[in-house]
Amino acid sequence: MSRLNPDGVDLDTAWDLHPQVSVRPEPFGALLYHFGTRKLSFLKDRTLLAVVQSLASAPSVRVACETAGIAAADLPRYQQALGTLAQSSMVVERSS
Amino acid sequence: MTLLDARPEAPKPAPPPQPGRLVDLFEYGLDSPICLTWELTYACNLSCVHCLSSSGRRDPRELSTEECKAVIDELERMQVFYVNIGGGEPTVRSDFWELVDYATAHKVGVKFSTNGVKITPEVAQKLAGSDYVDVQISLDGATAEVNDYVRGPGSYATAMRAMQNMKDAGFTGFKISVVCTRQNIPQLDEFKAIADEYGAQLRLTRLRPSGRGADVWDELHPLPEQQRELYDWLVAHGEGVLTGDSFFHLSAYGSALPGLNLCGAGRVVCLIDPIGDVYACPFAIHDEFLAGNVRSEGGFQEVWRNSELFTRLRTPQSGGACTSCSFFDTCKGGCMAAKFFTGLPLDGPDPECVRGFGEEALEKRKMDGSIPKPDGDHSHSTVRGPRRDGRPIATGLITTKKRGIPITLSLTRPDRPPVSACEENPLAGFTPN
Ligand code: SF4
Ligand code: SF4
Repeated sequence: MSRLNPDGVDLDTAWDLHPQVSVRPEPFGALLYHFGTRKLSFLKDRTLLAVVQSLASAPSVRVACETAGIAAADLPRYQQALGTLAQSSMVVERSS
Repeated sequence: MTLLDARPEAPKPAPPPQPGRLVDLFEYGLDSPICLTWELTYACNLSCVHCLSSSGRRDPRELSTEECKAVIDELERMQVFYVNIGGGEPTVRSDFWELVDYATAHKVGVKFSTNGVKITPEVAQKLAGSDYVDVQISLDGATAEVNDYVRGPGSYATAMRAMQNMKDAGFTGFKISVVCTRQNIPQLDEFKAIADEYGAQLRLTRLRPSGRGADVWDELHPLPEQQRELYDWLVAHGEGVLTGDSFFHLSAYGSALPGLNLCGAGRVVCLIDPIGDVYACPFAIHDEFLAGNVRSEGGFQEVWRNSELFTRLRTPQSGGACTSCSFFDTCKGGCMAAKFFTGLPLDGPDPECVRGFGEEALEKRKMDGSIPKPDGDHSHSTVRGPRRDGRPIATGLITTKKRGIPITLSLTRPDRPPVSACEENPLAGFTPN
């Protein structure tokens, strides 16, 4: 979690879901459950879900967001949301 | 409660594509439950007087090992993250550990509730080694005297021994689950001290008039001034103590206790009973709340997604007589099951309404005597318990009457259950933003 700052995750780093996290799509977005911390998180929309799901294959958060079709103006909000997920270890940084 | 007495967080994200809060979306239900209780057996070595499922004897129609595994396969497919296993005493099923292993191997986490009878040092050791299993030990008194009064002779010693074994095995953070009663509310500090001593987490929940709890509710449920005491204690100790959102009806005393105001029944919560019947909530074992059976075609998924009852529970609700109350926003009229089994209308106040409206309604109800009885009594034929005449138990056994045929109800149909959070609600502690 070295690259976390108040704006959320660093857009030029590579991330992945924590291996103990399970993702379940729901009509409103998705539920995430971390078996290690026994915590539940909500993704409030499908776009964020798409970002989270493409993290593993994207070289950076920025690319994952672009792939999901997020406009530049909306980037900070997704960056922030990923930061929240990182704080609860739902997503983890990986060496790209 | 649940595993998720822990606080779920929603990352503040993203421009919401749909209007409204997440909570509002939950009212329409989810593709799979978040919080599923599965009572594996009605067999139990104890006969607690307040048992929510009237357990005691095994039901011969119980799901077989293979049928249980098929249910687990289905839960895996539906991505149900974990189940709360209870009973009865689930560990007395001879295939209990086999089923726990099967579930965790299939990515379905397990939290099971037990009276501790099978938690030997070896079992505790094994449990401590698994990330996917959590344990909840029931204790309803901080002293043997108070505990055994409701849970039966020797049950305090059994629970304490199990807790010691868990501690010795290094299993920290297991749960000690207490149903709050008139007799144990004076012991809240002592419960906290026991939890701290064993490295466990205290979990306080509400007594509901479900199962045999209906028979003793009048005698065991907290007095109004005790409700206040409990509320103040929770406000003071809120952080370290889990409540599974049981006590939202107390929020009318002051500031709201943390939680999500949503009755999860049939929306995010449900119960599978030992014979595979699916009910809207573990506290609502009655035909009115029976949605289907896992043995029927389409299995659990079909019941969860398409049953007529659950579909109805997922339509927007309003609070009837409570709507004009200034506390409605947090209290939402209390618990559907508590109202149902005390014979109160589902769209009126909770029997323990802190403004006293419940008591008034109960008085009226007593006059026409229309109280529904829970379905399915699996009690041992003799049950010890508090005396009906209010005098202390001397010695010997008290025989409870077998339940009669349910009396015809004069209730509002449950098409609009109260919107409230609950004990088994995993969203406990979640503050929507
Ligand atoms: S009147 Fe209804 S909403 Fe108000 S405190 Fe009583 S139960 Fe709750
Ligand atoms: S509020 Fe009552 S009926 Fe609704 S889910 Fe909770 S315990 Fe069940």
